[in-house]
Amino acid sequence: MTTVLERGAAPGTLVAAGRRSRARRWRLTLVLLAVALLVVFAVSLCVGERIYSPLDVLHVILGQQVKGASYTVGELRLPRALTGLLVGAAFGMGGTVFQTMLRNPLASPDIIGISTGASAAAVVAITVFGMSGLALSGVAVLAGIAVAALIYALAWRGGVHGARLVLIGIAVGAMLDSVISYALTRSEIQDANEALRWLTGSLNSAFWDGVGPLALAMVVLVPTTAVLSRRLTALQLGDDASTALGVPADRTRLGLLLVAVGLVSVGTAAAGPIAFVAFLSGPIAHRLVRGSGPLLWPAALVGALLVLVGDFVGQHLLGIRFPVGVVTGVLGAPYLLWLLARSNRSGGSL
Amino acid sequence: MTPVDTAAPPAPAGGRAASLRRRRVVGLIVCLVALVVMVLASFAFGARVVSLPDVVAGVLHPDPDDIAQAAVQARVPRTVLGLLVGAALGLAGAVMQGLTRNPLADPGILGVNSGASLLVVVGIAWFGMSSLDTYIWLAFAGAALAAALVYGIGSMGREGATPLKLALAGAATTAALTSLISMVLLSRQDVLNTFRFWQVGSLGRADWDQIGEVVPFLLVGALLAAASARGLDALALGDDLAVGLGQRTGVVRALGATSAVLLCGAATAIAGPIAFVGLVMPHLARTFTGPSNRWLLPYSAAFGAALLLGADVVGRVVARPQELEVGVMTALLGAPVFIAIIRRQKVREL
Amino acid sequence: MKHTLAVDAATIGYDERVVVHDMTLEIPQGAITTIVGANACGKSTLLRAMARLLKTTSGSVLLDGRPIGDLPSREVATVLGLLPQTPVSPDGIAVADLVGRGRYPHQGWFRRWTHDDDVAVEEALTATDTLDLADRSIDELSGGQRQRVWIAMALAQQTDVLLLDEPTTFLDVAHQVEVLDLLTDLNRRRGTTIVMVLHDLNLAARYADHLVAIRSGRLYSQGTPAEVVTERMVADVFGMTSRVIADPVSQTPLVLPVGRHHTGDTPRTDDENHAARPDADLPAPARS
Repeated sequence: MTTVLERGAAPGTLVAAGRRSRARRWRLTLVLLAVALLVVFAVSLCVGERIYSPLDVLHVILGQQVKGASYTVGELRLPRALTGLLVGAAFGMGGTVFQTMLRNPLASPDIIGISTGASAAAVVAITVFGMSGLALSGVAVLAGIAVAALIYALAWRGGVHGARLVLIGIAVGAMLDSVISYALTRSEIQDANEALRWLTGSLNSAFWDGVGPLALAMVVLVPTTAVLSRRLTALQLGDDASTALGVPADRTRLGLLLVAVGLVSVGTAAAGPIAFVAFLSGPIAHRLVRGSGPLLWPAALVGALLVLVGDFVGQHLLGIRFPVGVVTGVLGAPYLLWLLARSNRSGGSL
Repeated sequence: MTPVDTAAPPAPAGGRAASLRRRRVVGLIVCLVALVVMVLASFAFGARVVSLPDVVAGVLHPDPDDIAQAAVQARVPRTVLGLLVGAALGLAGAVMQGLTRNPLADPGILGVNSGASLLVVVGIAWFGMSSLDTYIWLAFAGAALAAALVYGIGSMGREGATPLKLALAGAATTAALTSLISMVLLSRQDVLNTFRFWQVGSLGRADWDQIGEVVPFLLVGALLAAASARGLDALALGDDLAVGLGQRTGVVRALGATSAVLLCGAATAIAGPIAFVGLVMPHLARTFTGPSNRWLLPYSAAFGAALLLGADVVGRVVARPQELEVGVMTALLGAPVFIAIIRRQKVREL
Repeated sequence: MKHTLAVDAATIGYDERVVVHDMTLEIPQGAITTIVGANACGKSTLLRAMARLLKTTSGSVLLDGRPIGDLPSREVATVLGLLPQTPVSPDGIAVADLVGRGRYPHQGWFRRWTHDDDVAVEEALTATDTLDLADRSIDELSGGQRQRVWIAMALAQQTDVLLLDEPTTFLDVAHQVEVLDLLTDLNRRRGTTIVMVLHDLNLAARYADHLVAIRSGRLYSQGTPAEVVTERMVADVFGMTSRVIADPVSQTPLVLPVGRHHTGDTPRTDDENHAARPDADLPAPARS
């Protein structure tokens, strides 16, 4: 065994060099994602049925009056883009926390019944009670949280074992799926259509009145997630190693679950369960970042990108207007498949 | 030095093996009783309740003028279909979970359900199809194509189709196809109107001819599944050990995947997508049989058949004179039972 | 500050099954203690309880005289380090980053990464001969390399007490000895109290200052290797006949197993050997 001193370098420099280069790579990926996000954000403000110049858009953002643009950009596009960004980030982060915590790439809030709670409530509210708007969102979120609590309570038996939580979540989710199926077949076709629209996720009702609560919730949830994400990195090593490092496994899991449920609920309240963003963001981020750093922030940016790009494509590039949820799956999933194929072919690790 | 401890309690000999055998027998009895009860109930219950002697007569030598016996005759294909579809789904689920070494896998994980649905939607939207007769083959084709795509991508790279790659490729493909389906449904309300009834699984749509058409596929699928049972046991130990035991992992995987596609594709083609059975029955069966696939596969099939038939019967009884389709009922009935079982026992780590 | 670890009348089990019965043990501070026993005798369970991974059903594990369950987990982590038996490696993580996780208890809420942390990680990597793997992804490593990386993580934690559950798994014999030598260095130079579960009785006898033998969840005997390792103990604890001699290299007890084919009786004759292996050159038969 050679000691470091024999190699002539000061102790710690080798490791520090490797660490710094990995951190640089991670930061670079993050910056590229952020730049892409910014570009897409700007484009979605400028481009639409009418195209406004970036200068006009800037004036509107600064609060000045610009003929025509003030309404379209200021009242319609800006809140829509902001909502899309925040919702995408919320889903991306929430999904990644679930997948990391449960160490299973098939785990996502959809699978363990949480989004289905919100969806089932919303579908029933639409088809049976004819609800819409803020009231509908409220009902959906409350139901999502209630179902999550129910699943947790059912899985609790002197502590919550990850496996039990997932299986019970799947069972409860399946029951709620039945309710959704039933409601879709027993309702009037127009109600079924509207329910389907809600189910796929859409930014159509994203106005300024919704942005406030959403932003507030994110201001609370995102820093909390950031703090807990350190514990998540310990939890990744297995319950034993995690406890040995001073991070108690059960309590940490509970905290992370709460935060993840919060993120997903908030996103669902604002835009419905935008299909698959929660599931796709983590794996896509993983293939972009390749182990050079934490997954959480790249996943948030990937999620935001998926939603904004999806909405733009759905609104302007397909002839008919489609809600964002329809497009995220069509765009995101093949991209993930391509990444999978590419990494499989090059023999990379998965 | 401390004194030597001479009193050592002897370990129980063969206790675990005996208790497993007992559990298997109990499971077998439970299963057979359930099947017999369900079959009889399926003949007896419906819009009209038929007494037991009439049931026997109706099945064996029906008197064409007796209304009760005619009702029983009408229920026979339905009963047979319920047994076949339930068994196929239970079996396919067990195979997929063994193949992907992922307890969250269901037969749809290879994209089978969403592939079938997509081609059915295409058939309805662009070819004006509207009955089971016409889209049964489209459904099958869609299932096979989706599975081929998933398997193709999942098996790229030098390790072949590892569980992780298959699971991710499958989930991503399902995401993409489901989004495409939503796209079509949202743009054509008339298609939604037809499709929403197909996508709730039901046993009431098929007649003897159609059952006859899919039986060969079910049979071949079941045979392939049985052939792969030993291989799946070896795969469960990990690819390296499996190869060491002389298993050709590529062959086992291909066998298993083909059998799952045949079973699940045929079941979905004839009854529409039915969730929950394939995902949960293997877990339920495992509590009686332990992990050996030689027992797990048939028990999964048997439990699946019992659950599906039971769900169908309850659906007919509860909503007399109409019916609550089986696609709605399976989860509503099966999930609470499953949750109770999960809560009662020690769950192994996923 | 030096820390003491002890077990006081602890009964430990899972659900209804009791694995360790009424165990009282005092871990000598600043020494290497090795726990041996047959498979499933409870030695891992005992170690896990000492690492506070398991709660005792009755009795307690005492760190510095206080029940370990009462102390805040992060505080315990700065004093007590653990190498678990089956660690989980996150996908795609670089070796140096994984070892760096061991610095976690020393860093506050806000992740201040200091020069000391880098030094600790590098020392740990060097000590386990994994420095040239530092930037590789953990997925690419062999079982033995991974095991050494996990040991490095436990070392990077720089705790006063180190618990290791079967640290020599997957390692070839050269690396086994290397790891045990390095643990000895740690003990001699820094006074680290080391408690390890080892399945190899001979290595345990060589490296332990204090040897603890467990049978069926109860303490069989404890003391210096010379006191504990006897033919009677090997028979009682491992169910095996043996001969115990002095190891000519280390002067500690060396257990020579007596099996069915090698019983220590008269060696086979030349004719018997020739019949079995007609083509081989026969070595001279051993003179007893």
